[in-house]
Amino acid sequence: MSHLIIRPRRLTRRNLLRSTLRGTLGGAAIAVGLPYLDIFLNDNGDALAATGAPLPRRFGTWFWGCGMNPKRWNPTRDGRVFDLPPELEPIAGIREHVSVLSGFNVILAGETNMVHRTGVIGTLCGGAPPSKTENNGPTLDVLISDAIGSATRFKSLEMAATGIATDTYSRRSEDAKNASETSPISLYTRIFGPGFSDPNAGEFVPDPQTMLRKSVLSIVGEDRKRIESQLGARDHARLDEYFTSLRQLERQFELQLSARPPLEACRAPELPEEGPVSRDVAHVKANHAAMAKVLALALACDQTRVFNMVFSEGASQLHQSGSSDTHHTLTHEEARDEKLGYQVEATKFVIHSMEAWATFVETLAGVPEGDGSLLDNCAVLAHSETSDANSHSVTGLPMMVAGGGGGRLRPGVHVFGAGDATTRLGLTLQQTMGLSVASWGWKANETDRPINEILA
Amino acid sequence: MLSPLRITLICVVTLTQAVACQLTDGSVARGGPVAMRRLTADQYRHAIVDSFGEDIEIVGRFEPDNRRAGLVAVGSAWVTVTPSGFEQYEAMGNNIARQVVSEAHRDRFVRCTPRSMSEPDAECAEAFLREIGPRLLRRPLEDADVGPRIDAAAAATELMGDFYAGLELIVTSLLVAPDFLFRIEVAEPDPTDPSRLVLSDLTLASRLSYLLWNAGPDAMLLQAAERGELSNDEGLARQVDRMLASARLEAGVRAFFEDVFRFDAFDDLGKDPIRYPAFSSEVARDAREQTLRVVVDHLISKQGDYRDLFTTRRSFMTRKLGPVYAVAVASEHDWEAMEFSPGDPRAGILTHASFNMLNSHPGRSSATLRGVFVREALLCQTVPPAPADVDFGLFNEDTNPKYKTARDRLGVHASNATCRNCHRLTDPIGLGLEVFDGVGRYRTTENGAPIDTSGELDGVAFANNVELGRVFRDSPLVGACLVENLYRYAVGRDPVNSERRLMRDLEAKFESSDYRLDALLRGIVLSRGFRTATRPQEEPPSTESEDATQSVASGPSTRETI
Repeated sequence: MSHLIIRPRRLTRRNLLRSTLRGTLGGAAIAVGLPYLDIFLNDNGDALAATGAPLPRRFGTWFWGCGMNPKRWNPTRDGRVFDLPPELEPIAGIREHVSVLSGFNVILAGETNMVHRTGVIGTLCGGAPPSKTENNGPTLDVLISDAIGSATRFKSLEMAATGIATDTYSRRSEDAKNASETSPISLYTRIFGPGFSDPNAGEFVPDPQTMLRKSVLSIVGEDRKRIESQLGARDHARLDEYFTSLRQLERQFELQLSARPPLEACRAPELPEEGPVSRDVAHVKANHAAMAKVLALALACDQTRVFNMVFSEGASQLHQSGSSDTHHTLTHEEARDEKLGYQVEATKFVIHSMEAWATFVETLAGVPEGDGSLLDNCAVLAHSETSDANSHSVTGLPMMVAGGGGGRLRPGVHVFGAGDATTRLGLTLQQTMGLSVASWGWKANETDRPINEILA
Repeated sequence: MLSPLRITLICVVTLTQAVACQLTDGSVARGGPVAMRRLTADQYRHAIVDSFGEDIEIVGRFEPDNRRAGLVAVGSAWVTVTPSGFEQYEAMGNNIARQVVSEAHRDRFVRCTPRSMSEPDAECAEAFLREIGPRLLRRPLEDADVGPRIDAAAAATELMGDFYAGLELIVTSLLVAPDFLFRIEVAEPDPTDPSRLVLSDLTLASRLSYLLWNAGPDAMLLQAAERGELSNDEGLARQVDRMLASARLEAGVRAFFEDVFRFDAFDDLGKDPIRYPAFSSEVARDAREQTLRVVVDHLISKQGDYRDLFTTRRSFMTRKLGPVYAVAVASEHDWEAMEFSPGDPRAGILTHASFNMLNSHPGRSSATLRGVFVREALLCQTVPPAPADVDFGLFNEDTNPKYKTARDRLGVHASNATCRNCHRLTDPIGLGLEVFDGVGRYRTTENGAPIDTSGELDGVAFANNVELGRVFRDSPLVGACLVENLYRYAVGRDPVNSERRLMRDLEAKFESSDYRLDALLRGIVLSRGFRTATRPQEEPPSTESEDATQSVASGPSTRETI
């Protein structure tokens, strides 16, 4: 059985599946050898990575809302000897893994600063958007997952520690937002529940149910031309996106049906404990930490190579139990402490955010991979939609990059942007992830200058 | 969109046909572009119940809807299916399919006996597909729908050694099909005037049933469409009468008001448990249901005047809501009809807990959020977003203990001209509701100071929250906004220029019917605008004018604070 080769007359996908199913498989699940899978279960023939292939490189974003106090967050010294002002102190334990970028702007160039939106879209999409619906995508992570996301089961994974599916910035456009997983358990179930096959399990048994589910998708594709003929250009593009998503799932099943090379660092995590999900900062931090653990092992098991974590949304509604305020309302309404010169209560949320970021980075660093850690093969962009939230400022946006980027990044430096566009970092990260892109962004935010200081 | 210039051109071209020219010039509406609308979560659920029954469980998470210009119904004509969204649809569909063909359910749908339990039976599989397919796809099946599915079902049966594995595959294939997940509207040349486009009968059937029932067409409507009966006024009116008289109208009316009221936000609503121990997800669920019950009772059962929703004292109560309303509720589980007494501060749906808890912060009420909601959702007005560069330092007095009430604190904003321009639109309405706290409980003081709910709405003064409801009811904008919202909801887009006069006609009809919802629904579905179309949308229309609406509508990330 394991060396059986079938040559159907017409090699269409459906024929192939059909004759495969008819000719070779009985009712029960059957162990299938590799040559078989090579021929029948992988359309592209590249599902089986050669043993000893280089470790995958991953990209992620980590977002927190309502920024920081520039005077208390921005380092004053550049390069490797940078200082940690009070609001960066929480990252002391991970500073060797993180580069800090200050003084980079989303350049408005005549566009309106749409509060709590322009800053994040500008950094992720390449410029200040002209309206709430235009130029709102694709985001950096989508550009990168288009290039590297099809090698894994999930093109990307989105998570919101706030438990709200619409807390997400990952999007191809305003009308194609990638919804977030809303609890550690839902994240765990999606990745490690049914459909997960442990690459270290030894003998591989493809699930016939998965074969059927894959075959369903090829039937649906046959309908495409008839429907397309009825559509205008805009809806045509929407239907294209539907079919791209369908192909992605087909690919996902394909990967589930093929034996994967063993991955040393991969092990399924424990099922997370069910905890309360709310915007109470204590709950958010707990859920965030639990999601980070699940995600780290999902990456180690090569289930995805792109991820997006929202710790808190723009105009953050995180709040402290018992308070009538949210982080956002505090940034606008709390009086500055006369002696200290900043908003004491609002600033506590900045500290919470930096603590959570440190936890996230430590979690990735804690998974051994190859000669180092999982983090060595990641590039994670942490950012916010404002610097000073009180004035909705999009100048001097706080950004950090964690990880070694698979040998391409050299973390542990502070770079001052002197008013350059944040798109310089987006360009750098695309190049780090292997995209051949020479310039990025639009209008005043267009740049062809990567930030060499953070590169290895 | 037809600009005045374009209308002139049409007249020139058809100069020899004076009548046609007059018709084009506004007296007969011409609908806008057809739409391709993604099913909402509720519409998906209805499709499953209608096709397979109440006892089929739907397990999974729906891709979130996207509100555009204030309505999910408009956003549904824009959203796509993302990779993770499709993954969810497939998983849900597969799970439903498994249940449908399970031993417990299969006899309901499979009316033939397969030749063998373990071998393909193309005839029986096809009979099954023809049984369930048209309802799900909202149209008769074509050969291209059938052949590939029967082939694949046979392969699946052979693989699994189970006839029903093939049927399972058929069900899943329908539930992930683009023409199930999207309502794809089709327009065709009008046989009486090929220069114009009318909706195909099947498209019209779907538009009707989603508007009136929030579900796909039933067998009777589909048959009427197939026989071409919807293309003539009489045949259409017959179906409309039947559908308006159906018990299913309630689902349609609920869905529309849930969309206008932005009740989907209840799904993510949280309150601070220390400040609001009375709040729980059950309380939120019942508060939402309470308002919908009042709407259905008033507009359908009583066929009341829409405007009276803002003054009616009739309501429904559960024991869960008792503490919020400070009323005793006898039944432990049931809904009880009740009437607030004339002296009670509750009158009209604006005083309901639902709106007041929804348009508040987690730890306190917000006069501004409430005012923005009323202006945008109920009066169809645009409130500009807050400018980014306001010097909030001016208002840091907000936390000064000498400002005890929201009126005191917002008064500080009114001292600044930039802020005053918008806050004077929103705050007087919201301050009129300040006697309802962040979860909608009644209170008379804030921080020990009495709350003053007097104010004015567009120049008409009111003394308190009950009078606010009366003044609001009499605003000419209230009825006109419902017309506009219901039309946009029906066609999934903003009215185009050639429909402007239709809007005014519908407003007049609504008024002369004493603001009865069924009269408005009938007026819309029998209008030319609803039944005709222009070519599909080629370019995204400018959405600049919608932006301000979205600043509140699109969620927490853009919500402005006060």
